[in-house]
Amino acid sequence: MFGYFFKKLLVVVPTFFGVTLVAFVFIRTLPGDPVMLLAGERGMSDERHAQLMAEYGFDKPILVQYGIYLKQLAGGDFGTSIITRQPILQEFATLFPATVELSLCAMFIAVFFGLPAGMIAATKRGSIFDHSVMTGALTGYSMPIFWWGLLLIIMFSGILGWTPVSGRISMLYYFEPVTGFMLIDSLLSGQEGAFVSAMSHLVLPAIVLGTIPLAVIARQTRSAMLEVLSEDYVRTARAKGLGPQRVIGLHALRNALIPVITVIGLQVGVLFAGAILTETIFSWPGIGKWMVDSIFRRDYSAVQGGLLLIAAIVMFVNLAVDLLYGLINPQIRHTD
Amino acid sequence: MPLLDIDNLSVTFQTAGGLFTAVDRVSLHINPSEIVSIVGESGSGKSVAMLALMGLLPWTANVTADVLRFDGQDLTTITKPELRKIIGSQMAMIFQEPMTSLNPCFTVGFQLTETLKIHLGMNRAEQKRRAIELLELVGIPEPEKRLSAYPHQLSGGMNQRVMIAIAISCNPRLLIADEPTTALDVTIQAQILDLLLKLQKEKGMSLVLITHDMGVVAETAERVFVQYAGQQVEQQSVKGLFARPHHPYTQALLNSLPERSNSRILPSIAGIVPGQFDKPEGCLFSPRCHYTTNLCLAKPPLPGPADFGYALCHYPLLEGVPTNYPGEVRA
Repeated sequence: MFGYFFKKLLVVVPTFFGVTLVAFVFIRTLPGDPVMLLAGERGMSDERHAQLMAEYGFDKPILVQYGIYLKQLAGGDFGTSIITRQPILQEFATLFPATVELSLCAMFIAVFFGLPAGMIAATKRGSIFDHSVMTGALTGYSMPIFWWGLLLIIMFSGILGWTPVSGRISMLYYFEPVTGFMLIDSLLSGQEGAFVSAMSHLVLPAIVLGTIPLAVIARQTRSAMLEVLSEDYVRTARAKGLGPQRVIGLHALRNALIPVITVIGLQVGVLFAGAILTETIFSWPGIGKWMVDSIFRRDYSAVQGGLLLIAAIVMFVNLAVDLLYGLINPQIRHTD
Repeated sequence: MPLLDIDNLSVTFQTAGGLFTAVDRVSLHINPSEIVSIVGESGSGKSVAMLALMGLLPWTANVTADVLRFDGQDLTTITKPELRKIIGSQMAMIFQEPMTSLNPCFTVGFQLTETLKIHLGMNRAEQKRRAIELLELVGIPEPEKRLSAYPHQLSGGMNQRVMIAIAISCNPRLLIADEPTTALDVTIQAQILDLLLKLQKEKGMSLVLITHDMGVVAETAERVFVQYAGQQVEQQSVKGLFARPHHPYTQALLNSLPERSNSRILPSIAGIVPGQFDKPEGCLFSPRCHYTTNLCLAKPPLPGPADFGYALCHYPLLEGVPTNYPGEVRA
């Protein structure tokens, strides 16, 4: 098991370096420079421009800039925002819980509905339920997030008026963040109606963000389950006189979960990508929206730092999934 | 009273290309403590017939039988939950591929104790004690250690022993072994067969041995059923079958045994078992038979008399020669 973990870790390190390079280069290929944006509409003199460029180190050759950046990173310094002059790590840490809360709820919806839907579809292959689930999954998977989000807003916020359009909680409530998770904080605050308000703000964006993972999980579960159900050991389980719940829910599911867990891990990356759109549509104050704003402001260090942190988190989650994979599948645990 | 009574068991599958008959009116009667063998090539419906008995076929299969009775219980009208109480406890089955027949995600101990818990309602301590006892019984060294092993950590032979331990865990009255040695090394094959015979004797259970190996039949069984393309073509005692086969297919099978051959080239039965799309109109064996006549091609034969082993043939053999045969026998 230790060797398995170590091998996985060895892959993570070079990947991380790759990400620093990509993050660094990408933002610099965008047209426009951050100093000009800082000046705004008034503009600035050429001397002042050159002075500021030198101050931020943007006048040095790009390789040198990258070297400086890596050196800072090694010291745990993710840089300072050019616009707000706040350390990136601090800004990120303030906004991150909002994104985590949204992503967790989205993932919960995806797994809670996707897994059983895929399982039932597989056991009732060719039935109306199976066809509906697969059609639904394909539709959900193909739907652009921004369009789907807008549709839901028009329906539930506009026409029906059931949910608010944006934000995390109604302006009526205020309390100091404790965990950063609005659902928990609103409960802790003890204010009446705060939790319901937080919940009603969360539900639409969570559904929107969870739709694609839900579709992917349902489809993956179905195909994995179909494959497993034709295996000899499932026949053995039935030959033992076990009931269908135990045969499908234990013997088959445990094996089918192996590919499904991998896919769930990969969906974490999809969630972050989706969060950028979802948070923008619902004005959800998380890192997705923050990244978009930073890109528009040409905030080089914010985009660089944000990308790097998100990538690190995705890699970490995938590493954790790999370990979980080893726990579920004893063959992996023992051979490596 | 026979332990197992099967009369005219048929299994058909609705496929994209039409109805496919995998098992065609097979009858089987097995007495308590008897060893019976079902032989035939791949695709002759041996396994399907037994899987149908156990209720293990997919829902696409259509199973019909005049009589399907186990230990006095009618299996044709039984509900699924009632059937589940019988299979795995009174009637157990082991399969051809030991490496894939055990669940890779669970330990040997878990898979072994499952039947003990479900059928016998044992508590944890009893389960463990019994599991160790069972592993010892099937000849697995260090049984206590093996309980926490996963199937992939054991060899094929060991896994088959575990499968046997699971099958006999509730002291079944009938054990169906579906080609239990086919996937194993030759040396291990003999060990597993010996183990099965030993357990059969000790427990006094009936044993159905499905095989395509005539050698295995000769060594183990008391009675043999020969199956071809889903049909039962002959049934006899082992001694009788080897001495005086009544169906041309049985004769051809015996002739192709290496130890019976005295020519330089090993005789074989030309052609293959007919499938869904090339089933002959008359006798199913006619395309491969030495003695085929126009009658064989036109009309399917009926089972012969008991002293001819119920041979499904227009001209059942007597002392190696077809009876009532029109004209000369081709060499």
